[in-house]
Amino acid sequence: MGRSPIRSRRDAIERVWTNVWRLGLLAVLAGIWEGATRTGLVTPFWISSPTLIARDIWKSFAGGNIYLHIGVTLWEAFVGFVTGAVAGILGGFALARWDRLARVLDPYVTALNSLPRVALAPLFILWFGIGLISKIVLAFSLVVFILLVNTYAGAKNVDQDLVIITRLLGASRRQVTTKVILPASIPWIFAGLRLGLAYALIGAVVGEVIVAQAGLGFLISAAAGVFNTTGVFTALIILMVIAMLLNELMKVAERKLLRWRPQIPGA
Amino acid sequence: MRRKISVENLSHAFDIDGRTVPVLADVSLDVSEGEFLAIVGPSGCGKSTLLNIVSGLFLPLAGRVTIDATPVDKINPRIGYMFARDALLPWRTTLANVALGPELRGESPPAREAKARELLRVTGLEDFARSYPSQLSQGMRQRVSLARTLATDPDILLMDEPFGALDAQTKLVLEEEFLRIWERDRKTVIFVTHDLFEAIAMADRVAVFSARPGRIKSIVGIDLPRPRSVTAGRFGPHFQELYDRLWDDLRYEVVATR
Repeated sequence: MGRSPIRSRRDAIERVWTNVWRLGLLAVLAGIWEGATRTGLVTPFWISSPTLIARDIWKSFAGGNIYLHIGVTLWEAFVGFVTGAVAGILGGFALARWDRLARVLDPYVTALNSLPRVALAPLFILWFGIGLISKIVLAFSLVVFILLVNTYAGAKNVDQDLVIITRLLGASRRQVTTKVILPASIPWIFAGLRLGLAYALIGAVVGEVIVAQAGLGFLISAAAGVFNTTGVFTALIILMVIAMLLNELMKVAERKLLRWRPQIPGA
Repeated sequence: MRRKISVENLSHAFDIDGRTVPVLADVSLDVSEGEFLAIVGPSGCGKSTLLNIVSGLFLPLAGRVTIDATPVDKINPRIGYMFARDALLPWRTTLANVALGPELRGESPPAREAKARELLRVTGLEDFARSYPSQLSQGMRQRVSLARTLATDPDILLMDEPFGALDAQTKLVLEEEFLRIWERDRKTVIFVTHDLFEAIAMADRVAVFSARPGRIKSIVGIDLPRPRSVTAGRFGPHFQELYDRLWDDLRYEVVATR
């Protein structure tokens, strides 16, 4: 199994270089941005500048208010994500288990799934108010279909040889579900969870941008409302970092649970 | 010898693109307890279908199969079935794959682990207990599959080209090991293969199936002494005689399917 020492050494060197180039690219882009505003090519009014944004980020975290906004957005996304994922996974397995149910619901699922859910946001705000609930519902509505479709596809694409051999070994129908179909669907579910996490955040933020009292989306919309581009970028960058951290977290969980998958070279 | 499996006037057909294609035509066959029967025949002659019916995976259109004089009408837990494809659960380690059968039958974790470990020892897999199938070679995976099949301690082994997907050398090694295990336990075996050498080297009798729809063309008793070696007897005059005789029957059927 294990990689040869030469190979792993080469990989390590390559990883260092990749990071050097990444940082270099960031420095160049930030430099161009900063330079454009310093030389007066573009006024910071429109595009702010890296130093202004860095100072604003520093101030936000020092001031303390930002924690509330981050917390609100994360909470909305989290609750929407968890409820949507649970409902979607259960629904996906139910559809896979009962063929008729799947056939009957197919056009409805397709129709609802084709609808850009973000367009429902005004309706949700009307129904559930300008507080957290409407954002949670929006995040839920985005996540649930992703997980439903992925889980269904996973459960339906199980290698039939595995099902047959397990039955031949004496498995009951319930055992086939728990010992074969469920674990075989996990890679599909994880693909859905990663996508769903990004969408949960989208749901929360879009909801907040429309109308809210707190949250990163609220910060963006409030800052844009008073032409504070620095404030907009500050919120965007914090949002970006949060999204990346969540994604990394998901990758770790995935690696833990999917240790059995063949390692893809270079991945 | 007591009659273990009895196949009586079995016929079966499949619907393929709306056409009814007969695959088995009036097959009758007895297998004694502890006997090793090999079946050879051209591709698509219904050999696998016969095993599927014996295992109880599905019912034949006509005729019946009895095991210990009881008609087969559902999956029989006393049967172990092995495919050419290993069909291992990719998320389970070697040990957990081998323990699957006992686990499904509700044996306690220590009992099934002990059983699995014993079979890993028998099949030479001890060092790979914690490996996942994706980390094993094809030969190793097929060993795991064999160990899993044996873990429920079946009376009957149905083997559908179990070593057919392996390279020539690995195949010889696994044949040799399987023969050693079989000669120890003497379970009743129906072994489907394309490989006449394999059939003669291992079996007590070899049945030649005709081209589709499969019927039994001839059955030849293999009176080579046991214990056998897969490789040792292969070049003797009597082996050659048996080979020529079976190949005469088989060649005609293989040509007929071309």
